[in-house]
Formats: sequence, structure tokens, C-alpha cells
Amino acid sequence: MSDQTSQITTADGTPLKLSLHRAERAKKIRSFIFLVPTLTFIFITFLIPIADMLFRSVHTPEVRALLHHSVKSLQGWDGSGLPDERAYHALAQELKLLKKERTLGKVALRLNYEKSGMRSLLSKTARKLEKIHEGPFKNKLIGIDKRWGERETWAVIKLLGKRFTITHYLSAFDLKYDVDGNVIAQPAEQQIHSKIWLRTLWVSLLVTALCLILGYPVAYLLATLPLRISNLLMICVLLPFWTSLLVRLTSWIVLLQKQGVLNDILVWIGIISDENRVRMVYNMTGTFVAMTQVLLPFMILPLYSVIKTISPDYVRAARSLGANPVRAFWEIYVPQTVPGIGAGSILVFILAIGYYITPAIVGGATGQLISNFIALHMSKTLNWGLAAAMGTTLLAGVLAIYWLYNRIVGIENMKFG
Amino acid sequence: MAFPSYAGKLEKTWYYVFRIICGLVLFFLMAPIVVLIPLSFNAEPYFTFTPGMLSLDADAFSLRWYHDILSNPQWIHSMKNSVIIGFFATILATGFGTLAAWGLSRPYTPFRVPIMGLLISPMIVPIIISAAGMFFFYSKVGLSQTYPGLILAHTALGIPFVIITVTATLIGFDESLIQASASLGANLLTTWRKVILPLILPGVISGALFAFVTSFDEIVAVLFLSGFEQRTIPRQMWSGIREQISPTILAVATLLVLFSIALLTTVELLRRRSERLRGVKPS
Amino acid sequence: MRLVSKCATFSLALISVLLIMPCAVTHAGDAITVTSFGGAYTKSQLEAHYKPFSEKFGIKVNSVDYNGGIAQIRAQVESGNVTWDVVDLETQDITAACDEGLLETIDLSSVPAGADGTPAAGDFISGAVHECGVGNIIWSTIIAYDKTKFPGEKPSKLADFFDLKKFPGMRGLSKRPNGIIEYALMADGVAPADVYELLSTKAGVDRAFAKLDTIKGSILFWETYAQGPQMLADGEVIMTVSANGRIFNAIVKENKPFAIIWDNQIYNMDYYVVPKGSKNVKNAMKFVMFATSSQALADQTKWISYGPVRKSSVPYITTYYGTSVSMKPHMPTAPDNFKTALANSPEWWADNQDEMIKRYNAWMTK
Repeated sequence: MSDQTSQITTADGTPLKLSLHRAERAKKIRSFIFLVPTLTFIFITFLIPIADMLFRSVHTPEVRALLHHSVKSLQGWDGSGLPDERAYHALAQELKLLKKERTLGKVALRLNYEKSGMRSLLSKTARKLEKIHEGPFKNKLIGIDKRWGERETWAVIKLLGKRFTITHYLSAFDLKYDVDGNVIAQPAEQQIHSKIWLRTLWVSLLVTALCLILGYPVAYLLATLPLRISNLLMICVLLPFWTSLLVRLTSWIVLLQKQGVLNDILVWIGIISDENRVRMVYNMTGTFVAMTQVLLPFMILPLYSVIKTISPDYVRAARSLGANPVRAFWEIYVPQTVPGIGAGSILVFILAIGYYITPAIVGGATGQLISNFIALHMSKTLNWGLAAAMGTTLLAGVLAIYWLYNRIVGIENMKFG
Repeated sequence: MAFPSYAGKLEKTWYYVFRIICGLVLFFLMAPIVVLIPLSFNAEPYFTFTPGMLSLDADAFSLRWYHDILSNPQWIHSMKNSVIIGFFATILATGFGTLAAWGLSRPYTPFRVPIMGLLISPMIVPIIISAAGMFFFYSKVGLSQTYPGLILAHTALGIPFVIITVTATLIGFDESLIQASASLGANLLTTWRKVILPLILPGVISGALFAFVTSFDEIVAVLFLSGFEQRTIPRQMWSGIREQISPTILAVATLLVLFSIALLTTVELLRRRSERLRGVKPS
Repeated sequence: MRLVSKCATFSLALISVLLIMPCAVTHAGDAITVTSFGGAYTKSQLEAHYKPFSEKFGIKVNSVDYNGGIAQIRAQVESGNVTWDVVDLETQDITAACDEGLLETIDLSSVPAGADGTPAAGDFISGAVHECGVGNIIWSTIIAYDKTKFPGEKPSKLADFFDLKKFPGMRGLSKRPNGIIEYALMADGVAPADVYELLSTKAGVDRAFAKLDTIKGSILFWETYAQGPQMLADGEVIMTVSANGRIFNAIVKENKPFAIIWDNQIYNMDYYVVPKGSKNVKNAMKFVMFATSSQALADQTKWISYGPVRKSSVPYITTYYGTSVSMKPHMPTAPDNFKTALANSPEWWADNQDEMIKRYNAWMTK
């Protein structure tokens, strides 16, 4: 009997604890079912593409698949001196085959990203090999082009023969492998990406600072004015937020270009002469002005929601205790707004480092950011692997900052409008 | 204006300076939107105010750029595309988003925070990265340069906004309402339709509006995923701006500004209605 | 509740309206999709190629615009969803696209002879018949200037573009290095025949960039070809690199006071190609052959000042549409214009494009 009394059971004899546990699990599952469709949808349409991009940034299947035997026979090569006849033979046979199957281009293109000139070297060699049927191929290949007698050429083939490499990541930071497999800097005149990364960081920081300086007073004013007036002024913040980005950029061009409204006004007032109109768009100035205006609401809104909750009593108390206005503001008021400053700044910063359209339209040649280079590699140089590697790096940066944001404000506190 | 008794002369001056500064910042925010509107009625193909416009001469104004939109098949086509893609993306995003928001707000849902993170990731990831990923993947499966491809992409980008707005209206949702409804004999569907939906409807509609605006205004994914056939308004504006700004763009932009004013008003009214329904004091 | 039902009715109405609206272009009957660069150029193809083709064969031609490059073709071929049947591709892209296996090969024996009976091999200028496409036009990278900005001596040579002392003022350059590097070397005194050989050495490239450095402070960059003449018209620049057709249009159609410096022009070709996996290969090939016939190529010059790639087309060149402007002297191939011309080398660009784009971008942002 003692056994039965110690264990409370439900009507059908199951122990209550188990039964409760089951019920809870059933509830969990039932709630979770609501999430399944959306999760699946986001997985397929969004997360898999992102994962695919991560994969593409390190995956180098072309050389391995198409120059299979050459890569295999290079495995034993230690990189000093030239590979032996086996490698030359395998390469000659495979180049002939690829030429016949019209798949040479894929390998050539991939190798050319790593070392300029590889593309034409391969197609030229394949063309000339059509007339050569017998080995030994070592001297014949070197006869076709002396680059086949250089270690660098073979090192590139061996390097890209691996299934996964980080060459795109190196390239994203202006680095590369040298012939012995050490990571070295690319020639100075070709270094472009690290400069753009730095510029992107710098522009984002500056835009964040500008937004904070411009946004703080406005958020303060909105939070302290009577509701009727502040609601009216709030429209000035919300309307740009809701207006199409392209519309605002069009407008900035109209305002800032040489024959534009602002220059006209300056000439009319007499500050500048008609010949010396100022160039304010299609350069860094344009990027700054437009980005600040576009991102300002993202600073004002979180600041506003924090400032609104601050009671004026503290400042009043500080003043009555003898603090001058500057000190009361700086030591009493500002610390209370830090959560808002943090939230707004991180939000603006995250958005700024990923900006693409604004610099593309008003940035000219000098106002381009990292996203513009990702786009360049996607649509102009067609180096999709490099674009993917740069995208992945940017994503990692954003997620790190976002993690910080989550620690400070919490993901669920995000609000709009 | 009543100043506190301790306010000095300097402080009073600062008070006005401060207001002027704020006025300037607000002007900076609004100027690019306001300046477009009169310029779009310019009778001349210039992007600046002509002397005639400044002296309010009626002949200096005209509707020619608005006529231009209507007579240009490309603009009409892109408007149709924007509406079609936006509409389907909105319907899908609202459905998926509302369902997920409901799931996330159930008290028993496990792993709420990581799931929320995954679901709103399309909003966090910089759009160029999303577009790149989608471009590579959608090309592989044959969805690039198709309407379904763009609709799916815009749906994914719109879902986070619906989740966030609907979740906001679900905060403080009274669970006993469901029990009350069930005890009065309503089945789940009836409860959903007659009790839950009306309560969260303002949130759902503003979420839907957010999703629509996201799609309607989206350009990066469109740049990479659309062919010529799927050009939307922003895509058309993009090539217009980069090739040659014709004042037609200003007319289109003005129409879009009016459109955003209408949207803003709707969202604001919905927010107030939602707060009233849920018994929250208007802020 | 009224709100709910209202919304539901509204949505239903909207859905039904939208479903009736055509969602995509239907490919009804025999039709092919031809993709080109838009604007005045597509207009010339529409009048000289698409319309006569449709009339003759009863096959409808859908015209689609793009901005060049092979990204979209690659995306279509990779996915197996090829919606473009014929594409107008630039010289620099055809080699890469062909190597990558993105294009259908042309049956060289099916390229028809010229109207005067010359076999195709002798009729087309060299390079115009490619294993993956058939050339249609020659167009040139040239320098254009605004005559009103030069009251005294006017620039006449390529070197004048790089001479800031003699002709001070802003210059327009493209954001892509194609043509610019070659220009810099030729302005530095290198003969057209030696340009690419020199550029294949590091010293040659360095020399080109050193020459570009001398005008770096007076350059505005443009991105699309339409922007060049626009900047010239707005007075933002006094000279710009451009394409001869765009400037011709500005002069003849818009009466702009522009002039062209033909010295050391760099000529390129455009090709009609068929993406691999096109669903209408047969009709697409039919179109390519039709559009590159002597008469069709000559007709195109009525609408744009790009030269035909067939020698047998020359006698058929007449005047610009609706005017009495004779087109012959405006062709890149006109003897006076062609003396110091350089042929763009697609081979060299295919090899060095990535490196050059990087270096040029680094130079631009310096």
C-alpha cells in the first residue's frame, strides 16, 4: 500500500508526474507546430542560399574535377624543382580532352583568378597539343610556353586541386599564397580590398557619430514637447523612414549636383560664383550626406523611446543642489540615455556597413564601400567565389556586432514606427 | 514660455538656439522629400527652380512629366510588376509571419530566442549578402529571372517585419479569452476567427503594410534576381538615375511620396486602434 | 468585425484582378527573345533586323534590354532556364563566354556569302566570324569634346586629352579600365601595333598608369555610356572618352556642339550569340544569319553610326534616317577615321581583366 500512496496517479493509472510531463510535451509540440511552416520557408528561401554562399566561398571543385589526373600526379611533388614527366603527361592528355569537350574554359577561368595569364596559357597549350601525339611531354610543353618550366604555374594547379581552399578569403584581404605556400601580400598596386574594408568601417563610424550628434537633440525635443506638437514633428522623422530610398537619393542628386538647387542658391546669394560651383554629389560628400539622412530615423527612434521614460526630476534635483546646466546635463541626464545611445548607434552602424545602393548612386568613384565591391565581383569580374568570401566576412562582422546589440538591448526590443 | 526659476539669461538663449538646431535637423530630414514635389511640376526639363516657377507664373508649371509616366510602357510595366510581386509577397509573408508570431507567443514554445533569431535573420543580414546568396542559389535551381523567384525572395525579406509587429500586439494577450471562447462552445477555428484575429488584426495589417513596403521599395534583390521582364519601379528608377535623370523620375518620386504618406497614416491609425482594443492608454 | 470582412472582400477582389492580369510574357506561337543594350542601339536593331525578320519568316521577336556582361547568361545556363535566344555580346565577353561553354557553336559553313557573292570568309573583317557568334557592328571608343569650350585651338590628337597645360579642364573617363589603359600608352607615344605586347609586361602596365597619373586630378568618372555625353552637355567636363554612336546621336539628333577625335580610336565588335540551351536554337540561328546579311547590316547604319562588319555592306550605306546626313564619313571604318586605329584585343582582356579591374579601382580611389 505504501507504494501506491507515495505515487499519485491519474484516473487511468499513469503516474501524475509522467502524465504532466507528457501533457507539457504535447503542448510544446503543439505550439512548435505553428512555427514549422515559417521555419521551413525561411530555411529554403533564405538560410540555404546563405549556407550555399558560405560553401561557395571555400569550395574549388573545377580544377579537381576536370584536371583530376594531373592533380593526382602532383600530390607527390614537394614544390621544389619541377614536377616529373608523369604530371606533364597527365596534364597534356587532360588538356586535349577538355578542349574536345569544350570544358577547358571553366578550369582556365578559375586558374586565371589566381594567376593572370593562366587562361590563355591553357587555351594556347591545348590548341598546340592537338598536333602532338607522343611524349615525353615535359620538353614539349615547355617548348610551347616557357611558363610550363616555372614552379609558380604548377604550384597554382596543385593549390587549386584541393577540394577546399581559402584563396578567396586571402584575396578579400589583398593576400595570396606564394609558390612555397606562404601567405604574402599582393603587389602594392593591386591592393584594393583592405583599403575598402577600412573605408567602410571609417564611413560607418562617422555616419553613426553624425547621426548621434544630429539625432540626440531632436529625440530630446520630441520627448519633452507636449504630445500634440511632438506627434506633429514626429511626422518629419517617420515620413523619410517610410519614403522609398530611391526617391530620397534622386532628391539628393537634384539638391546637390552642380546645376542643382543648393548650388543655385549659393550662387544666387553670392557665396560662390557661377564658375566655381561646388561638387557635392558623386563623391564621398554625397555618400556621407545621403547616408546620414537615410539612417537618422534609425537613431532618433530608439533614442526617443528611451528619453521618453526619463523623469525630469533628476536634472531638477541636480540643479537645485547647485550643479550648473552643463554639468547637470552631462552627469545626470546623459548617463540615463546610454541604453538609447547604444541601441541607436549599433543599429545605425550595422545598417551602414552593409550599405550598397546609396554609395552606388551618389558615391561616384571615391565613395564606394565594400558592398559595392561584392556587387562588382558578382556582376562584372564574375568571380563569384571571391564575392561569396567577401560577403561571408561581412556577414561574420555584422553577426558579431549584432550579438553585442543583443547583449545590450535584447533582440525582442526591436521596434518600428 | 515658462522657464524654471533657476534659468539664467544664457540658458534662455540656449533654449532658442537649441530649437533652431532641432529645426535645422528636421529640415535636413524633410528637405529632400519636400523639394521634389514642386520640381515635378516644372514645365522645363530642368531639375532646378526656373525664374517662372519662383514668381509663381502658371505657365512655368505643367503636368507633362505625369503624362510622360502614363505614356511610357516601361513605367506602366514596372508599376504592374511592383504591385504583382508586392501583393503576392505580402500575402505569403503575412500568412507565414502571423503563424510564426502566434507560435512564438505561446507560453510552451521551446527554444524561443534562437528560433526568433533565425526567423528575423533576413532583416539583420545586410541585403547585399542576402541578394548574393539568393542569386547563387536561385540561379542553380532555376528561380532567378522569374516572378516566383522574386516573390519568394521578397516574402523571406518581409516575414521578419510581420513577426515583429504581430508579436508586439500579442504582448499582454489575455489567454483566458481563448478558454472563455472554448468554454462557450466555439471550436478552434471559430475562436481564431472571432476572438484572436480581431484582436491582433491591427498588428497583422501593419505587418502586412511593412511587408508590402519592403517588397515595393526593395531594389538590391531585384537587381540581381530580376530579368528585364520583372523590372519593378525601384529597378526602373535605378537605371533612370544612372543613365539619365529625366524629370519623369521626379513625377514618379512625388507619387511615391504621396503613397508613403498614405501608408504612414494608415499604420499610425492602426497602432492607435490596436492600443485602444487592448486597453493600453494611448501614448 | 466589419474591418475583418471588409479586408477579406478587398483582398479577394484584388486577387481576382491580379490573376486576370498577365503575370508573365507568354511565348505564344513562334517567337524568339533577342537581348541587347537598349536605347538608340536597340532601336537600330529593331528597325533593321527584328522587324524585317518577323516580316520575312513570321517569327515574332521579343526585345529585351540588359547592361552587358555574361553574369545573366551564366545564371541562365547554369540553371537550365534559358529565356534569351539571341544576345548581343561585346568583344571582351564573347571569348570568356565561349570558353566557359555558355554559347551554342556556329556552323561556320552556314554563314551566307555577301550580297556581291564574296564567300563569308573573305567578306567579314577579321575576327567577326567567331566559333560562338557572328559580328554585326564595329563601334569605337573615341574622345569627344565640346567645341564651345575651346575658343582658340581645338584638340585634335589623343595626346591632347592628356595635355592639361594646353587644354585645362575636367575630363570624363569610364569606371572600367577597358580602352583607357590602351589610350594611356598610345598617348605616351606607343604605336597601336605594340600596345598589347607592351601591356603584357609589368613595365608596360606601369607606364600606362604613370601616364594616367598625370591627369588624375582632372578626371570625373562615369559608369554607363549614356553618362559621358550627359556630362559633356552639362558642362561638367570639356572632353570625355565615349562611344562614337552616342556622340553622333548627340550631334545629329540633339544638335549638341560636340566633335569627335578619331585619332587612335579603339574599335570593338558586337556579336550576335545564342546561349547554350536556348529553347529556340533553330529560329535563333536563322535570326543570326539573317541579321548579319549584307543588306541588314547596311540598314542598321540608317539608325546609328556603327559600322557594318561585312565589306559587301559598304555600297548599301546611305543616309541617316529622316535626314540627308551621309553616314559613310561617320563610320569608324571610314578611311580618314581608321588610320591610327587600334583593334581591341579580347584575348588580352580575357587574361588580364581581373588584375586590371583591381588595379584600376585602386588607382581610381587613390
